[in-house]
Amino acid sequence: MKKTVNIALPKGRLGEKVYNMFKAAGYECPSIEEANRKLIFENEEKCIRYFWVKPSDVSIYVERGAADIGVAGKDIILEYRPDVYELLDLNIGKCRMAVAAKKDFSDSKASTLRVATKFPYIAQCFYDKKCRDIDIINLNGSIELAPILNLSDVIVDIVETGSTLRENDLEVIEDVVPISARLIVNKVSYKFKNDEIDAIVSEMAKQVENK
Amino acid sequence: MMRRDEKAVFALRELFEKYGYTRYKMSRFEEYDLYVANKDFLISDEVITFTDRSGRLLAMKPDVTLSIIKNAPDVSGEVQKVYYNENVYRVSGGTHSFCEIMQTGLECIGDLNDYEISEVVLLAAQSLWKISKDFILDISHMGLISSVLENCTLSKKDKDKVVKCLQSKNAHELASLCKALELDEQKTNKLNSLVVCAGAPKKVYKALLQVLTEENEISALNELFSICELLESWGYEGKINVDLSVGNDLKYYSGVVFKGYIEGIPASILSGGQYDKLLKKMGRKSKAIGFAVYTDLLSRQDTADAFPVIDNVILRCDDTDTHALIKFIKSLPEEEKLLVTASLPEGKRWKRLYRAENGVVKLIEENS
Repeated sequence: MKKTVNIALPKGRLGEKVYNMFKAAGYECPSIEEANRKLIFENEEKCIRYFWVKPSDVSIYVERGAADIGVAGKDIILEYRPDVYELLDLNIGKCRMAVAAKKDFSDSKASTLRVATKFPYIAQCFYDKKCRDIDIINLNGSIELAPILNLSDVIVDIVETGSTLRENDLEVIEDVVPISARLIVNKVSYKFKNDEIDAIVSEMAKQVENK
Repeated sequence: MMRRDEKAVFALRELFEKYGYTRYKMSRFEEYDLYVANKDFLISDEVITFTDRSGRLLAMKPDVTLSIIKNAPDVSGEVQKVYYNENVYRVSGGTHSFCEIMQTGLECIGDLNDYEISEVVLLAAQSLWKISKDFILDISHMGLISSVLENCTLSKKDKDKVVKCLQSKNAHELASLCKALELDEQKTNKLNSLVVCAGAPKKVYKALLQVLTEENEISALNELFSICELLESWGYEGKINVDLSVGNDLKYYSGVVFKGYIEGIPASILSGGQYDKLLKKMGRKSKAIGFAVYTDLLSRQDTADAFPVIDNVILRCDDTDTHALIKFIKSLPEEEKLLVTASLPEGKRWKRLYRAENGVVKLIEENS
């Protein structure tokens, strides 16, 4: 008997794009497209169940087996280091993690660098490789504000078009890592629902190739 | 009634003793130095330390294997077989605080040959079978992985990157890495096969034979396949997978490595392998193989038994006659469960509720 596969989708624009990829791959779920307040959407015929979760929580749902498959940004995977399989790069939600600062900033390296970020682990690893002493200021949003108010010297954050930076007189000074959406799978689910998950992954891989 | 994790501990103990493994009971503390020298061998490198009365720095055991190796003699022709059932202290992934984890496992150390290696892997499969018939044992071979990496002439840093891709079955990043390193097609194919070839042993064996070229790679593959065949012939066909994402540490593990999973538990419940390199690093000649079963993971599945039905609940009052109450308790059938309480217990279910008042015990409620 075919087993139902649980898929955690990241809420927001990226999640909608991802769902459309699943739909095009043959794993549609009509109820998800209706306007309602349901949390879980199931297509029994296709043995598939979707749910929307906060993007930064996708890796937790997958790592702990509440979801068999999830789609998370590489930023989330690098930051939280979940013990999961990363089977596909979906090549969507492309952006980059970068270091940005005020336009006139230059790092004299004479004192500890103050870094504001939502991604403390990624920032720490990046500067560890450079042997640069930093002070991490862990923020949860509006990171761009930190250098403007002199809360930090630089920020480590996701840059898509760079327009928020430009409008606030900030600029990218270094790239940290390119980011895109990845399809991740729970390690144990991959053993016990192998045929079902492999079928989904190969259909999704075709979607990536066709783009 | 025994909990699922307790049942597993008993079943495993019986199994290990059947094969001549003897119990190894160790002290809760160990010299901190032992862990400093072999930090990477530990799953989490954070250890609870304290200074004892003589000024020595001690640690609450984060691991059992190192303590067993330290005490195992290096005698040619001799093999020591031990099992343990111990608490270890580690940082849990979710809360980042220390927790106590119950671990049951075995170690086989000494002048090992093929038989002992196979016996331990077989015992790992049997241990999983005892816990759940719905299990899967993933097997890999560190010798195979390290030979392929050696033959690709990669630097240590690049080897680590490849191993990371391997662990997360990340073929797309491996492909970009191979491209960046300008590896030729043959080497790229070989590394890619390590990531993508997984599943039934026969299928993987055939696929890997097509891409492996060097003698040391093929001999490691043959060793791996021979163990898989053995497990399948024992009756575990369909439950054994070759999966090269299992191996993680080239520094300590040398031969076969494996991880076990059971349906319904979202993490591996068994983990082990052959770790001759660790012994070599400790200046020893012996070989060693072992595994640990994380029985604490099973206790989370016990929700059905969390609220057992109590046969008799007796409410006692301030003027309850203890002698009369004890006499009444004695008259109850011996196998029935009992709770004497001053107030109605919350979150519990019962068959009969009594009140003990003025030397009389009266039935006041009966549930079918």
